[in-house]
Amino acid sequence: MHIVVERLTKRFGPTLVLDGIDLTIQSREFLGLLGPSGSGKTTLLRILAGLEFAEEGRVLFDGRDAQTLPIEERQVGIVFQHYALFGHMKVADNVAFGLKVRPRARRPSRQDIAARVERLLDLVQLGGLGGRFPGQLSGGQRQRVALARALATEPKVLLLDEPFGALDAKVRVELRRWLRELHEQTGLTTVFVTHDQEEALALADRVAIMAKGRIEQAGTPTEVYEGPRTPFVYDFLGRTNAFDCLVENGHARIGDKAFPVEDGPPDGPAVAFVRPHDVVLTSADDAAPSPDARLPGLATVRLVTALGPKAWVELAHDRQVIAAEVARETVKALGLAPGVKCAVHLKLPCFFSKQANGT
Amino acid sequence: MAEAALLAKAAAAGPVPRRARLPLTEPAVVRAVLIGVALLFLAFFLVLPLVVVFVEAFREGARVYFAALSEPEAVAAIRLTVLTAAVCVPLNTLFGLAAAWSITKFEFPGKSLLLTLIDLPFSVSPVVAGLVYVLLFGLQGLFGAWLAAHGVKIIFAVPGIALATLFVTLPFVARELIPLMDSQGTTQEEAAVVLGANGWQTFRRVTLPNIKWGLLYGVLLCNGRAIGEFGAVAVVSGHIIGLTNTMPLHIEVLYNDYAFAAAFAVASLLTLMALVTLAIKTVLEWRLGSAGAATRVH
Repeated sequence: MHIVVERLTKRFGPTLVLDGIDLTIQSREFLGLLGPSGSGKTTLLRILAGLEFAEEGRVLFDGRDAQTLPIEERQVGIVFQHYALFGHMKVADNVAFGLKVRPRARRPSRQDIAARVERLLDLVQLGGLGGRFPGQLSGGQRQRVALARALATEPKVLLLDEPFGALDAKVRVELRRWLRELHEQTGLTTVFVTHDQEEALALADRVAIMAKGRIEQAGTPTEVYEGPRTPFVYDFLGRTNAFDCLVENGHARIGDKAFPVEDGPPDGPAVAFVRPHDVVLTSADDAAPSPDARLPGLATVRLVTALGPKAWVELAHDRQVIAAEVARETVKALGLAPGVKCAVHLKLPCFFSKQANGT
Repeated sequence: MAEAALLAKAAAAGPVPRRARLPLTEPAVVRAVLIGVALLFLAFFLVLPLVVVFVEAFREGARVYFAALSEPEAVAAIRLTVLTAAVCVPLNTLFGLAAAWSITKFEFPGKSLLLTLIDLPFSVSPVVAGLVYVLLFGLQGLFGAWLAAHGVKIIFAVPGIALATLFVTLPFVARELIPLMDSQGTTQEEAAVVLGANGWQTFRRVTLPNIKWGLLYGVLLCNGRAIGEFGAVAVVSGHIIGLTNTMPLHIEVLYNDYAFAAAFAVASLLTLMALVTLAIKTVLEWRLGSAGAATRVH
C-alpha cells in the first residue's frame, strides 16, 4: 500500500498537534516516525489508523482518500503501545477477533479461523499458547499476540505505536530483529512510532523526524544521521557538542581549520555541532599535523567512564564541557584520568547559523 | 562431665533472644481489644437487629407468620414491590450503562454537570424527591390539572411510586460503572474498531465483558434500594391499602396498628430479600476476585 499524506493539520482545542504534514510512504517500506513526546507522531499514526480525523489535508491509500474509506477497506492493522489485548479472551480468541466480527458473508468458517489463528501464533512464535489469557503472558509475548491479532485480518499497512517501549533492553533487541524479518516476509507497509532514535535508525528503511507537529526531515537513517538539515535533527539523533564559530566568505572557521560551507549558514556567527565519537584526543605534546580541526590550547579531563569497548570522557576546555567517546586503548595510551591534559581534535563538524539553532 | 559442659554453654549463651515484632503488627493486647470492639459493634448493630426481626416474626408461631404473609393486603404489597423493582431496575440499568458509556468514552460539553446531576438523588432527601413529584403531578401541581383532565393518575398511584423509586435508585448502576470504565480507558474499544467490529459488536464483545461484574454489582445495589425505599414512596403513595402500599409502607401500617407479629413477618421477608441480594453480591465479589486476577492484563 502506497500512502501519501498531504498538508495534514490537526488541532486539539487550541493546540496545533499536526501542522501541515507532507509525507510519502512507499509500498513495502518500513518507516519510523521519530520525535520527542508531544511532537504529534502518535496523532499522525492514529489518523492513518482512522482513529482520528484531520481538520485539513488528506491521506491517500493507493490514491484513494482514506478518510472516506470504511474501516474494512482501509486494511490497516495496529499494535498499541500497551497492546490493548482483550483481557477476558484467550489468546486464540484475541487473534481471531478481527475475523469473527466480520459479516457472515465475508467470515471464514470456524475451522478456517482456527487454522489461521494457529498459523499466526506459530508465526509469532507463540504456538501452543492459544489457550492462555493475556494476563498469563510476559510483556514480549503479549506484544507478539497483539501483532498476531493485527495481522489476522491480512492488512496491507501495519501501524505500531512505540512497539518496544514497555519491554526490557534484551527482549527489545531480539524483537526488533524479528519484527524486521517479519516485515520482509509479509511484504507489508509498516509505520512505527518511537522516541528512541537508536531504535528508529536501526530498524527503519526511512525515518521521519518530527517536532512540534512538523516533519523536520525524512530520509534513510544514513542520510539523516550524516546530513541533518536542522539543529533539532542533529541534536535529537545523538549526543552533541556545540561550538561557537564564525562563517566568513563561505568558510566556517573552527580550531585551526576552515571548512567550506555550501548551502550552509550565511556569513556571521554560527554554531558547529560535533558528535562525541568524532572528538579525537591526542597527547598534550602532540604536534603532528592532523586532518581534523585542532582546538587551541589544551583540555583537562574531568571524568572517564568505561562503557564496554568504549570510554566516555568529559573534558573542560575554555569554560566549555566537551564530551568524547574514545576507544579504551586511547584511554590507556594517553593515561586519561581526571586532571590529565590533552589536545582535542574535531572531525566532521556540522554547521548551522545561529538563528536556526532552535534547540 | 559432658552435661555440665552443655549447661555451662547454655548459661553462657543466655536466654533465647525474643524475636522482634514485625513493624506492622500490634502487641497481642491491642489486637485483642481492637478485634473485640469491632466484633461487639457488629454484633450489636448488625447481627442483633437481624435476629430480632426473625424472632419477633415467629413469636406467635409459624401459622401466624404465614397467615400474615398470605393475607390479601400483604400479597398486594409484595406484588407492588416486586413490580416496582421490575420496572426500575432494568430502566436504571439501561440509563446507568448509557450514562457511564457516554461519560467515560467521549468528551462533550456539560460532562461534569451530568456527573454532578447523577449524584443528586444521593444528596437529596428521598422525602424531598417524593414531594417534587407531588408538586409536579399532584392535583394542585404543575401538570395536575392537565393529567386529571386526561384521566391519568400518577400521584397516589403505581406510576408515582415507580417514578419516585426510579429517581432514588438512579445513581447506583452509573456510579458503579463510571470509575470502572474510566480506569479501563478506550484503547480496547479502539483496537476492536480497527479490527473491523461495529458499535454493537464492540460493546457486546469488548466493553460489556470488561464491566459485567461491576454492572451486576450495581444492579444488585439498585435492586436492594428499589425494594426497600420508604421515604420517597411514602410521600407519593397515599397509603391505599391493597393498591399503593409497598412492602415497607405495609410494614409501617401493620406496626402502627399494633400487629407486631404481622409487621415483623413482612419485615422478615424484606430482610430475606436483602440477605439474598447480599449473598449474590458476595458470591460475585468472590468470583470477581478470582476471575479478575486471571484476566487482568496490566
